This record gives sequence, structure tokens and C-alpha cells, in this order.
Amino acid sequence: MKNRRVARFSRRSFLAGTGAVAAGLSVGPRFAWGAEEPKLNFYNWDTYIGENTLGDFKDAAGIEVTMDLFADNDELFAKLKEGNPGYDLIVPTNDYVERMIKAKMLSPLDHSKIPNFRKNISKAFQDAAFDPGRKFSMPYMWGTQGIGYRKSKVDGVPDSWKWVLDSDKYSGRIALLSGSNASIGMALKYLGYSYNSTDPKEIKAAEELVIKQKPHIKVFADDNGQDLLLSGEVDLTMEWNGDILQVMEEDDDLAYVVPKEGSIVWQDTLAIPTGAPHPENAHKFINFILDAKAGAAIADFIQYATPNEAARKLLPDDYSKNPAIFPTEETLARCEPEVYKGEAAQRLRDEALTRILAA
Amino acid sequence: MDSWRKNPLVFWVLNLSPSAWLIAFFIVPLALVWVLSFGEKRGLLDVAITGTLDNYARALQPLYLEIFWKSIWMAAAATLVCLIAGYPVAFAIAFAPNRWKPYLLLALMVPFWINILIRTYALIAVFRTRGYVNFTLEWIWDQAHSLLAFLGLGGYELIGARFVPLELLYNNFAVSLGIVYAFFPFMVLPLYANIEKLDRSYMEASLDLGAGHWRTFFSVVFPLTWHGALSGVIIVFIPALGAFFIPDLLGGTDSQLIGNVIERQFKAANDWPFGAALSFLLMYATFGALALRAIVAGRKQGLEV
Repeated sequence: MKNRRVARFSRRSFLAGTGAVAAGLSVGPRFAWGAEEPKLNFYNWDTYIGENTLGDFKDAAGIEVTMDLFADNDELFAKLKEGNPGYDLIVPTNDYVERMIKAKMLSPLDHSKIPNFRKNISKAFQDAAFDPGRKFSMPYMWGTQGIGYRKSKVDGVPDSWKWVLDSDKYSGRIALLSGSNASIGMALKYLGYSYNSTDPKEIKAAEELVIKQKPHIKVFADDNGQDLLLSGEVDLTMEWNGDILQVMEEDDDLAYVVPKEGSIVWQDTLAIPTGAPHPENAHKFINFILDAKAGAAIADFIQYATPNEAARKLLPDDYSKNPAIFPTEETLARCEPEVYKGEAAQRLRDEALTRILAA
Repeated sequence: MDSWRKNPLVFWVLNLSPSAWLIAFFIVPLALVWVLSFGEKRGLLDVAITGTLDNYARALQPLYLEIFWKSIWMAAAATLVCLIAGYPVAFAIAFAPNRWKPYLLLALMVPFWINILIRTYALIAVFRTRGYVNFTLEWIWDQAHSLLAFLGLGGYELIGARFVPLELLYNNFAVSLGIVYAFFPFMVLPLYANIEKLDRSYMEASLDLGAGHWRTFFSVVFPLTWHGALSGVIIVFIPALGAFFIPDLLGGTDSQLIGNVIERQFKAANDWPFGAALSFLLMYATFGALALRAIVAGRKQGLEV
């Protein structure tokens, strides 16, 4: 393990050695030449798998899954940037799939080993702009970003970004997401531009809007907006739909809305990073997750929207017909997927965020 | 002291493992980051080491200098609070009966057995709007309100119509408090070590000769223990300067410190060369502080000779 922790300045030189390192990584007994030991290293988000999925998979396939957790895509990317530290399966979001394909960090999937993909997954997810032909990623969950709010403290439905980005009506009771893309992206949406704008003038306008709103914002949340909402610290928060849905289960007074200016629609995927020590097992696990019953158990537990049609059919109406989970076509038409904007645009946005936080 | 000259072999054998450790886990990683700070990003993953100074030029822009300045200011304020609060605590432990001392020191150290991140989260539960401090204040307010009503003064709203919780979290106050809370023992321990060694008869003499407590402290105790204070100041100030998860968790919209900016370069912004340059600027500032300490300490030794 140690030699791979040595920082490399060029990935290209590193790739050559990846195969050798990957072979060296799998310690422990080997059952037969070519067969993989029954282990799988899964790198996932927190609370993002069914309660018994890993145990069920062990019963079904005899493969022991070890799960590590990451907090956001940036962490996932930073961890794998200098070479795969031994993971077999990761869960990157669409724009990071795009980055990782560009950086040759993902290994191609063998669709013949994942029959459940064609069998169970909805047509809309059989192909993707960020991964044409779905060569590298399988759809896992999808959703939107929007506003989570406390019904008793807010007048009506806050169905516009105005209420968190351009109004003092709920001064001091608002949380925004701290990532450079979320706050600036939604400000761009509110101003009528694209979430993915790379135009310095538009980004500047978004930056100025957020700076102007700053006195009314309580905190830039680090993806814990749902906790702030649940504990009564804020009454409106920009968040991922699934996070809000999880706290809605605990508190009836909470609700979620996708603002009328639109938002982003995201998709988390299952992908095998380059240099994975157990790619065969990873394919088996992907196929298991895309199974109707296993997929339903996961979706039922984590309350995110599943792209798995067969699984959705198995679940009750309060999940499968819930507009906070599955937004209407009309809402989705106003949303756009986040795309990888290139390093220069990313720097522009990071500097804008630094200025926002320093203002 | 020069016995190593007589037994060079023993000296080198004993030094081998610490030296190897230092080189492998301190010098080499640090050197890599240093080299990285002269690099240029080429696409998503590749960094070309071109010897450019652009990263430093960018780091010295007013935007980042202001954040540096703010971080220094916050760290200094937190260090000062630690120092002022640390002296009485160190005194109390040093002057406590001998059988109590281990327990008092233990009480100071026990929180350290819990991870700092978890302790910081605990602070959130204490200080948030619906946290324990506000619950306590609300209870006191309720009691006062009932008492006023009982006295027939309820109609005057002397203490407001209803309890207004204090905004203790998500501001710079919370960040300073979090830093003080995290690093306080680092201040008390060196102070305690110095006060413990202090010859009590000096203080008795000072008090006997008519100096008050303040005068005794500033003219006798402080000059004799300031070495410990300086050690404490350094080991509190340096980590406070690089704090990033404390402002992340406890800070509000204007609590960004340089540690947060650096963290972002290595994660969201994916700009390791710039992050490396910022880190090294911070390190140079730290070296400056340490050099200052060495000079001051050296001068003091010179006086004693």
C-alpha cells in the first residue's frame, strides 16, 4: 500500500504501474488462478445503501463487501486522483463521471455481466450524455436540488429561488449549500442563466447577488442543511431532495420544493475505478443492486428516486408517486444536469466563492 | 554531552530510526508539497513543475492577504483568551494540594481522549438556537416571568413578551470559542510546568514587602514563568492559524479562514499547486514566529550568562 501513497505529479506515468500495484493489493488467499477472492471494497456515500443489502449480497453471492464512506464528490475525486487505493466500486455523480472518464480513472463495464441493466432500468437512463452508451457507469439513484422548508414558519410554498437568494423576508433563517457550484449555480438559475454558465460576466452577477443576500443568510451549510432545518436552526435551506425527504419522515412540518426557475437534476452512478482489485465481484454486485427486489429495498430505505422501473413497481404509492421524489415532467423540463465545466471555469467559480465568503 | 563522540556507532544506530521516520514522513512529503507549489495545472490531473511563481503571486493578491490577516487576527485573539484564562487555571492546579493534582490534570486531559471533531459537534448541540445554553436561559426566563406575574408586574413586559434565544452559533464568536476550547490544554500544560517549578518564596517575599497581588504577578511571577507562556502561545497559535473544520462547523457566512481556502484547493477547486503555495505561505509565517521565539529565548539566555 505504501508505494502508492507517494504523490505522483503525472497520472500517465502512474497508469503504467497500476496493473502491477492492483495485483499486489489483494492480499490473502487466492482460490484458484484467475478467480477472485470473495471480497469487494465499496466506496459509497453515507446512508446510501439498503439496510441489509450488503448482507443479502453475501448470502446470495458469498462475497464479503467492505464499505468505506465519502462525504462528497470532491473527496472521492481527491482520494482516487493519485491512483486507486484499492476500491472496486464507487458512486460518483454525473459531472464527476464525466471528469473521471476524461482522466481515465474509470474502467469500462462489461454489459454482458450486468443483464439487469437492460431488463430493469427505465429507458430514460439507458443512455446518458455524460457517459454515451453507458460504457463506464450504471445509474444508481437520481434526484433534484431544491428548497427544504418548515411549513409553519414560511408563508405558502417558497417556489422561487427568490426566497433564499434575493429577499430579506426570511432574514437569518436561510441556509445555502457551501459548494462553489450549488450557491453560484442556483443564483445563475435565478438570474435566468444556465446553471453551468462559464461566462465570467454571468458568474460575476451571480456572485454579486449572493454577496448582497449574505446578511440574510445564516450559514453556508456543508451538506447538513437538513439537520439545521430539523433542529429549527433555519426555516429554509437549499438541499438535495433525498436529504430533506429523510428528515420529512421525522417531522411532518417539513416539505421540499423545486423552485420554478428550475434547478439541477443529478444522477449518482455505480462505476469501477481503474485498477480495481476485484472487477468481477464489482460486476456481480452492480447486477445485484440493479435487481428489482434488491433495488426496491435500497430505494425504500434511502428514499431517493430509483431509475430501476422494476423496483419502483414493487414499492407503495407514497414512494413511487411522491412528487418530492419523482418530480413531474414539467418540473424536470426546467432542470438541467450539471456538467463538467473545465478547469478554468472551475477556478473562476472557486474564486467567486472565496470572494463571497470573504465579503 | 559529548559522549556521542566517544561512541559514534551507538549514536548512529540510535538515530537511524528517528531520522528515517523524520525523512520519510516529514521531510519528503513536505518537499513534495513545496515542489508542487511551483507547478502549473495541465488539465484535470497533471501538474507540470515549471518553477513558476504564479501561485505565489496569486496567493499574495489582496483577496487572499485579507483572509490571511483575518486568520492571524482570529488565531491571535483566541491565543490571548487562552493565555488570560490559562494562568489562573495553571495556578489553581499548581497550588492545589498534592493529592488533588493528578485528578485536576486528568480533568484537563480527559476531553482529549475524545476526537476533536466530535467535541466540536458537541459544541453545536450546546450553542445552537435550540441548544443547552438557550434551554437553560429559557428556563431562567420562564421562572423570572412567572415571578413577575406573581408580583403583579406581568403586564409591563419588563423582560420582553417572550424569550428570544441568543445567537451563539454560526458567527466569528463561535469560531473563536471553538478554537479556545480545542487548544486550551496546550496553553495550561506548559504554564503549569513553569509555575510548578517556581520558587514560592519569591512570591512570599514580594507580598511580605508590600506588593499587591497584581504587582506580584507582573513583577515577579510573569517574568519567571513567561517562558512557559511563550511555549503555550506558540503551540496554541500555530494550529489555530491553520484551523479549518472549526470555522467550517461553527462559523457563519463570514467565518472563512485561510485553512478553509487551502482545504478547498485540495478538494473542490482541484488546484493543488495553488493550495500548496498558500500552505507554504502559512508555513513561512509560522517559521517567522518560531524564529522570533528562538531569538527572544536566545537573548534571555545571553542575559543570564
